[in-house]
Amino acid sequence: MSDFFTFSDPNVRLVTAGTILLGMSAAIVGTFTFLRKRALVGDAIAHAILPGVCLSFIITGEKHPVYLLVGAVLAGWVSLLVMDYLSSRTKLSTDTAIGAVLSVFFGAGILLLTSIQHSSSANQAGLDQFLFGKAAAMTRQDIWVFSGVAVVLLGLVLAFFRSFKLISFDPAFAKSIGLPVRRLEFLLSTITVLAVATGIQAVGVVLMAALLITPAAAARFWTDRIQVMVLLAAAFGLLSGLFGSWISYTAPSMPTGPWIVVLLSLIAVVSVVVAPQRGIWARLRLQRGNARKIRQENILKAFYGIGEAADAPVATVTVEALRQQRPFEDRALELGLWELARKGLLHRHGAGTYALTPTGLRESRRVVRLHRLWELYLTERMNYAADHVHNTAEAIEHVITPEVEAALLKELDHPILDPHDAVIPYQNPPKPSAS
Amino acid sequence: MKTAIETHNLTVAYNRRPVLWDIDFQVPEGQLIGVLGPNGSGKTTLLKSVMGLVQPSSGYVRLFGQSLDEVRSRISYVPQRESVDWNFPISVREVALMGRYRKDKLLGRLSREDHRLADEALEKVGMLPFADRQIAQLSGGQQQRVFVARALAQQADLYLMDEPFAGVDAASEEAILTLLQDMKQAGKTVLIVHHDLHTAHQFFDWMVLLNTRLIKCGPTPAVFTTEYLRQAYGGQLTILSQVADLVKARDFPVRERSFKDQPK
Ligand SMILES: Nc1ncnc2c1ncn2[C@@H]1O[C@H](COP(=O)(O)OP(=O)(O)OP(=O)(O)O)[C@@H](O)[C@H]1O
Ligand SMILES: [Mg+2]
Repeated sequence: MSDFFTFSDPNVRLVTAGTILLGMSAAIVGTFTFLRKRALVGDAIAHAILPGVCLSFIITGEKHPVYLLVGAVLAGWVSLLVMDYLSSRTKLSTDTAIGAVLSVFFGAGILLLTSIQHSSSANQAGLDQFLFGKAAAMTRQDIWVFSGVAVVLLGLVLAFFRSFKLISFDPAFAKSIGLPVRRLEFLLSTITVLAVATGIQAVGVVLMAALLITPAAAARFWTDRIQVMVLLAAAFGLLSGLFGSWISYTAPSMPTGPWIVVLLSLIAVVSVVVAPQRGIWARLRLQRGNARKIRQENILKAFYGIGEAADAPVATVTVEALRQQRPFEDRALELGLWELARKGLLHRHGAGTYALTPTGLRESRRVVRLHRLWELYLTERMNYAADHVHNTAEAIEHVITPEVEAALLKELDHPILDPHDAVIPYQNPPKPSAS
Repeated sequence: MKTAIETHNLTVAYNRRPVLWDIDFQVPEGQLIGVLGPNGSGKTTLLKSVMGLVQPSSGYVRLFGQSLDEVRSRISYVPQRESVDWNFPISVREVALMGRYRKDKLLGRLSREDHRLADEALEKVGMLPFADRQIAQLSGGQQQRVFVARALAQQADLYLMDEPFAGVDAASEEAILTLLQDMKQAGKTVLIVHHDLHTAHQFFDWMVLLNTRLIKCGPTPAVFTTEYLRQAYGGQLTILSQVADLVKARDFPVRERSFKDQPK
């Protein structure tokens, strides 16, 4: 392993750099494929390229990278045209057209590949690496050609970034301002075909769609900015390329492609789980946070209610009294009391008795205030009956932000009483209590 | 009055089925113009063919007396909101900036002036505070306002808007409408596909009433009559009678005026 990462072997360096470039260009181009919802089309192109590669070998008798690329691009384009024709000119649905093209072209490719292998041409060895990819088997010449293409693709995407963004988001508007949308789409499709044709060196035909789409799909979880998304996708492509070369180096008999895709899938899974906001973990944490907030605020409200019934804040309250005020679950009550004490909103006064601290009292007034304000808003502005608003307010009181509270206060003009004629507790009462 | 849009024998077909038949009309500059008709009557198609987004099977369109390509920089198009994916990972400001893209500037960066104009447009529709938000985090009405801002950033003379009030709350509708009135004061022409008959006759100076064929085109009082509405909305008599009542209640002139600008 350490041998690999010192990159002292120039051959290792070259293969690694090449694989990384292929991974990155596929990932960046794939971002647009993903955003244009063309993932399936990308898969079909990848499969459709196989017969092109085989034909170019049969015709030229050589495994020269330029010939192979020409064959690949031609086949990729023919497949695109056929898909387009099938879905626009026949009654076939788009996914049927894509599926048909994928299987027919791929079938033809396998057929050609088999016939090449049986004809036992000396050069044939290595052509089947197109199926699963084997970056380490690339010759120097291969690497230079494919990396060169990858660099050109990267440059093109960067140069036309703004236009590609627009035709992916709103092609009709792009056309309305006179952008050459057809030509830009042609360019983007050609770039995609080329990225696929070069990328299959690393992962092979079968898994190419993963190299194209997975980095973008994973990146989408982390950001709402297309620029960041492209950079992240490129980074994922880079990582997987590096990993793939390392596998090729340490275990030459291993198929590189599947390992690259395994790593990419891993990145995708991690993204799904831990990405901020959109990730599963973030959502779970948010829900847990909400549950905690609701638990604590309900306890504070119970304290306030006991104080209100006694017509004065009560010095100490027993857990039993809290239970009578509101049917808490044992576990939630215990946990909530502990959390509130730790946050300094409660004092523990010996076994089973608690008192609100000044901060706690203020918090409890706030929650009750929000509850009553919302009830009032529902009855006053939404014409709900007063006996129908309690349950909604129970939920909404935990959501209302200070801004919304300010808006409510303004809208209702700092009311004194809620619909049930209970006093709305203000932090600084508008005027001293009349009694 | 100079003519902003004119169509001549415009016929448009999808898969050989005509959805616009022989449409022949002209609308003047500097007016708020409503395009009305029931669902599927070809309003969107009309706008798209004016913008060259669908190819007419016959006929042609002239804008300011010239072909679309000659005056393209003076025309702004606001598509129906549902026509794009609002989950696309871009910000409100980026959408507004798209109004500054030019066909002769495919590459390279946008200027500081472009950024200023985009922000100014957002300001006008009240969306500047949301400039850095992702567009999915907006309400439908706010998204619509972003589209209007993009159009404003184009600084065009003729605006073609496909249902800019769809899904917009009353306050936003009011705000956009005020904006459109201002634009009209500044000499711009605004053509709007509109659904709500109840508000239409208040909004528009001029109307194009459509149902596959052209029912009537002219100043609002001449077009917004029970007779023409019945022709356009056919079976949907419930709306129609409501509207007829409305017209009556507001003492709108129901009688057709003779009208000489009307093309043959
Ligand atoms: N791309 C299309 N392919 C085939 N038919 C279409 C296409 N677009 C629209 N149509 C048909 O053309 C007719 C006119 O459609 P259009 O969208 O112009 O109507 P519209 O007046 O804008 O309707 P709406 O009020 O629902 O927006 C409809 O019958 C519709 O089904
Ligand atoms: Mg429409």
